[in-house]
Amino acid sequence: MHLSRGEKIFNVFNIIVLGGVGLLAIYPFIYTLSISFSSAAEAIRPGLHLFPRDVSVMAYEMVFSNPDIVRGFFNSVMRTMLGTAITLFFTCLTAYPLARKEMPHRRLILFLILFTMIFNAGVVPHYLLIKNLGLMDSIWALVLPHTVTAFNVIVVRNFFLSIPESLAESARMDGASEATVLFRIYLPLSKPVLATVGLWTAVYHWNQWFDAMLYIASNSKQVLQTFLQRIVIENSTQLVELSIADPIRTEYTAETIKAATVMISVLPMLLLYPFVQRYFVKGIMLGGVKE
Amino acid sequence: MMWISKSRRALWRSYWKNKGLILLLVPGVCFFFVFHYLPLPGIIIAFKDFRMTEGILGSAWAEWDNFRRLFQGEDFLDALSNTIVISLLRLAFGFFAPIILALLLNEIRISWYKRTVQTLTYLPYFLSWVILGGIFLMIFSISGPINQLLTLFGLSTKEFLADDFWFRAIIITTGIWQAAGYGAVIYLAALAGISSTLYEAAIVDGASRWQQTIHITLPCLIPTIITLFILNLAYILNAGFDQIYNMYNPMVYDSAEIIDTFVLRRMIAMDFGLATAGGLFKSVVGLIMVVIANTAARKLSGGEQGIF
Repeated sequence: MHLSRGEKIFNVFNIIVLGGVGLLAIYPFIYTLSISFSSAAEAIRPGLHLFPRDVSVMAYEMVFSNPDIVRGFFNSVMRTMLGTAITLFFTCLTAYPLARKEMPHRRLILFLILFTMIFNAGVVPHYLLIKNLGLMDSIWALVLPHTVTAFNVIVVRNFFLSIPESLAESARMDGASEATVLFRIYLPLSKPVLATVGLWTAVYHWNQWFDAMLYIASNSKQVLQTFLQRIVIENSTQLVELSIADPIRTEYTAETIKAATVMISVLPMLLLYPFVQRYFVKGIMLGGVKE
Repeated sequence: MMWISKSRRALWRSYWKNKGLILLLVPGVCFFFVFHYLPLPGIIIAFKDFRMTEGILGSAWAEWDNFRRLFQGEDFLDALSNTIVISLLRLAFGFFAPIILALLLNEIRISWYKRTVQTLTYLPYFLSWVILGGIFLMIFSISGPINQLLTLFGLSTKEFLADDFWFRAIIITTGIWQAAGYGAVIYLAALAGISSTLYEAAIVDGASRWQQTIHITLPCLIPTIITLFILNLAYILNAGFDQIYNMYNPMVYDSAEIIDTFVLRRMIAMDFGLATAGGLFKSVVGLIMVVIANTAARKLSGGEQGIF
């Protein structure tokens, strides 16, 4: 193709600008990663901190020697796995009948589900509900309220609608129950949408902090995001004891410990990210709520 | 009366015939009922002088007292105006960022480069504001790299996070930084949907790339742009709770307290009546605006667009 001079200049300019945008997008992470591996003196050195000139893994040792943070990490992993598993199971159960024309009151139920997307009672009634159900200070307070959401149900239902009904018909002729049709015929064909909803839910549970802040009181059940919040935002470093008399004090500072905790919370999302990239975009396209 | 009992019998017959489907739906309906509909009656707390020991029903009625306190005190009105101002600033500075990013990405012909930039800009969207807030509190702190750069150039340091103007500037900029890559994905999908015959015809007519952008790409994007703009307006009362709660501090309450943080802080202070009233105000106004926005989006696009 023939490019004019202006177009050539634009191409170069565009490549440079987007390169800058890309660098700007990851610089905060590079900075944090670099600080987390820095010694105390290196961490307070003025500069951009693209990489640590004086490497120390002491901050990570301090963080990993803190039983609260390690337990918080496992509590977050537990919450993410449990939440994702029950969300996938119950979302499929709910979406399947709503994708079938024979289902009585289908439109009314769909409307009542959609309504939850545009109106909610607010934080106080939800808090009192969890309290009255006796779910306070339990992992169930974190996973049950998010088990079936309107958006997930609609997305899975839309996918089910695209599966030809003749497949289900012939199975039913052979005497298969509805549950069998769902699990043996629909689910094996629905892997892309299940991957999408599963990833959405996993990302949601890993990142969620607000409900844990409200509902979880004991440190032994607390999630990583809350500990991170306490260390980073409320600046309470007593979580990771910082004793001035400590001989290895020159190896870490409050900042390097914050940075190390941030990196530990980012890591699982980075591991999921390649899959997230593959399925999230498809998911956005599946999200159109159409009757 | 015959036809009623007849149709009722038909209904029962259809229940019996579809008992398998109904059975599958029961757990999901229970979840929706318990976690989305059961809290709704709790709204009456907004009209009560709520005391935890007496419960929702036992507490004395306060009629409109909570709302009177809400709108006669200055705190809530300040939070309301902060919410609207912050949302409008986000729209003014942030709405076009994903569109420009998508248009620039669309012009890149080197596919690995395009993919890399997209991957990088998309990443922050998947991290919580606890994490991102933590990172930015470090970066903008008095000893952080921004202040270190200022000292390097001989300028005086600044407590950005304790300054009303700079705090708003920071939440708006970092908000764009977090969401622009994700927003661009939606526009890139719309761009991918533009028929290539339009461009081929334009090239035959001798249109430059700039002319193609102005006369083909932009007009094709307009429905998406309008829909997203209307929806953004509808969510004006959501000024970004996660971000602000995880980044603000008492020094900037004047400029950064929004309805959601106001409600949460009243709740933590055990003023449940006021907190519920504030939340209810937001929910009701939000509902009305979303319904209007959806109708408008449908009308403007001839029934094509809209969220429900």
